[in-house]
Amino acid sequence: MTEGTEIPNSTPDTAEVVLAARNVAKSFGAVQALKGVHFDVHRGQVTTLFGENGAGKSTLMKILSGVHLPTSGELILDGTPVQIGSTVEARDLGISIIHQELSLAPNMTVRDNIFMGREIMGPFGVNYAEEERQCRELMRELEEDIDPLTPVEDLRLGQQQIVEIARALSVNSRILIMDEPTSALSASEVEVLFKVIHDLKAKGVSIVYISHHLEEALTITDHAVVLRDGVMTAYAPRAEIDLEWIVRNMVGENFDLGSPPDSTFGAPALELKGLSVASHTGAGLAVDKLDLTVRKGEIVCIYGLMGAGRTEMMETVAGRLQPVAGDILLNGESVQGLTIAQRIDTGLVLVPEDRQRDGLVQTMTVGRNLSLSSIASFTKGLFTNLREEARIIEDSIKEVTVKTDGPGAPIGSLSGGNQQKVVIGKMLVTHPDVILLDEPSRGIDIGAKAEVFRILAEHAKKGMAVVYSTSEVGECLSIAHRIIVMRRGKIAAEFTHETTKEAIMAASGESLVA
Amino acid sequence: MSDTTAGTASKKSSFNIVQLLLEGRAFFALIAIIVIFSILSPNYATVSNFLIMANHVAIFGLLAIGMMLVILNGGIDLSVGSVLGLTGVFAGFLMQGVEIESAGVILYPPVWAVVVLTLALGAFVGFCNGALVAWFKVPAFVATLGSLYVARGVALLMTNGLTYNNLSGSADLGNTGFDWLGFNRIAGVPVGVIILAVVAIAAGLLLARTAFGRWLYSSGGNERAAELSGVPVKRVQITVYMLSGVCAAIAGLVLSSQLTSAGPTAGTTYELTAIAAVVVGGASLMGGRGTVRGTLLGAFVIGFLSDGLVIIGVSSYWQTVFTGAVIVLAVMLNSIQYGGKGKRT
Repeated sequence: MTEGTEIPNSTPDTAEVVLAARNVAKSFGAVQALKGVHFDVHRGQVTTLFGENGAGKSTLMKILSGVHLPTSGELILDGTPVQIGSTVEARDLGISIIHQELSLAPNMTVRDNIFMGREIMGPFGVNYAEEERQCRELMRELEEDIDPLTPVEDLRLGQQQIVEIARALSVNSRILIMDEPTSALSASEVEVLFKVIHDLKAKGVSIVYISHHLEEALTITDHAVVLRDGVMTAYAPRAEIDLEWIVRNMVGENFDLGSPPDSTFGAPALELKGLSVASHTGAGLAVDKLDLTVRKGEIVCIYGLMGAGRTEMMETVAGRLQPVAGDILLNGESVQGLTIAQRIDTGLVLVPEDRQRDGLVQTMTVGRNLSLSSIASFTKGLFTNLREEARIIEDSIKEVTVKTDGPGAPIGSLSGGNQQKVVIGKMLVTHPDVILLDEPSRGIDIGAKAEVFRILAEHAKKGMAVVYSTSEVGECLSIAHRIIVMRRGKIAAEFTHETTKEAIMAASGESLVA
Repeated sequence: MSDTTAGTASKKSSFNIVQLLLEGRAFFALIAIIVIFSILSPNYATVSNFLIMANHVAIFGLLAIGMMLVILNGGIDLSVGSVLGLTGVFAGFLMQGVEIESAGVILYPPVWAVVVLTLALGAFVGFCNGALVAWFKVPAFVATLGSLYVARGVALLMTNGLTYNNLSGSADLGNTGFDWLGFNRIAGVPVGVIILAVVAIAAGLLLARTAFGRWLYSSGGNERAAELSGVPVKRVQITVYMLSGVCAAIAGLVLSSQLTSAGPTAGTTYELTAIAAVVVGGASLMGGRGTVRGTLLGAFVIGFLSDGLVIIGVSSYWQTVFTGAVIVLAVMLNSIQYGGKGKRT
């Protein structure tokens, strides 16, 4: 499968390669996250790691930064094999990671954050003056005008990222791993970040870069590595690759996830009119005057990068968030002012993105999770009818094909895919007209994905309107009649199911010139 | 993910004596306490002693059931002891007669009206707690700590620190019968114990057979998921604090009737005993897990233990030490039982 000219060999060229992973594999229980990966970090250059969600990017980065130990394989730093047992050891070896979610204490100052855990001690406690001096020094090097005494919470996100980088530099990191550093940045902040990356390269710092913004990553990378399903599928220097090459290697041949059911579209079931939702950071809009109509029996897929506003849009429609402007119509009637419970009663339901946090009650059984949204339907007078409930649960388990020991089994005993089916089943029991699913395929295996899509297609055939979001482009081209690409809270493009993966991805990515 | 699946499956197959002891620990602890004290003292295992002890347990049991509902929701109600004191004093105040100056009359409400008004006061304090927690996002610990002080202060203000002693009423005023709650027996069983049983059965039905019970378990287990599933989580939250206030008011009535006096300091630190009973009964302080049966067992374990220590003549200082040890042991067993299951993947 390996393409390109630079095939990593077993003895890395130490002049060129600073850190190399050889045949690294990692298993979590029965799940193999990485299956024998080779990976080279080039000295003083940017190496970008591409791959879809679940391809193993994060696992590989966690191994390089000492969070996980590999199950097999070795890491070679400057020509000598090393064991990196913890993040502290990685730091001592000069390897730092900047996570997607920043790990700064927002209530503390820039200075305190940079020296957190390794304060400079003087004879009378912490030597703040020396810390402040070093901090100013770092900021001057990064050419950023950030005062060391500002609390981090007062900084813009892009500046916070700079603080993280400064912290990594303050421990003399030679290798800097950046996981999705631009996902929350504005275009101008991205520019600043890229300038900093160029300066770091000039200083000899090697950078490992992970991003879903393919075009953006292409503008700064020197080498590209593509992972798919825990295997390295391609490897090439920048000069030899283009966007099309990356997409082809990332997506590969896909498992058949079904095709759009031939249902007859009815009247509009869900209409969004100029819907605007404030961003949770308080600045700007997460959803920006969005118009969308979904008809009965239609399946619409919403594709977009993280932060494109998909989750905010869905949570607003479901009633969890309040819109700042616009209207939501269900079967022609506004649902404005209705609570979540009332929206469920009128036939509008949401299957949330994070099933552990928002979908399941871990302390309850499989059966009680399934019946949670439809308690009213088996309550007669004061008391619940347990026989009626048992019947509803049985039917639901059969319908969404949950593999379980029975309705009394704890919810935690199910696999991820079956848990997801429970969350979907719980909502289907309420017989909705419109079902919204936020990343329904996240973290479940391919077989379960196919079943989830089959269930949705079946219901669409019976007239239900289905809206699902995904960040895996292969899933757009399955059961959806229509594909909407969202970008920065707006609809960037709209496709029929006859489009190509490349076209969808191109519409979602943001280029710097935009 | 597959790790946890395998773990739970193997746990189930090795369902053994340890598991059984862990599940029924409050029950076995109660048996052990009864057996040990029966051996140590011939007076312990007598019907009359059991009834006396049960009458003591009734107060804590009532508080503990209310507390359990709040804890199931993932909250805590520190105000129950003070509410017990306040409602007792309020009942006493009503029994003394309410003077309406403008009309120049003194009203003596009948006992049933006293009971209804007192329960309403308990519900009102609970509503204040619930509103603070649900609408104003005050942490339950702080909100109910505040009402602990306020309720106690109001009770002291109402009586000027004194105690209402004459609660029996008089026949010509038509308000006799208040002492019935504390002194009378039906078929030999003290009325307080019967009230506890009725409240326990009602709470059990509420949890097991009503939509509200399901809402309570789900919003305590995962509030976000419950809300997205259409559970009115705020209403549930306010209601549990109101129910806890009502339970405390019932306990206040029973206690002041047992003592035929209502003092403003009654029930001080009872909230801690109630929490202890809930925890010993196997409920999780994180919410979502707990039963009425367990809580009752917990109340009996603590009540029977401390009364037993009194009977065999152990100093009251040692009683405190023992009670503390039991609570810590119970929480330790709780974390062993729930440690693996509650983990998020």
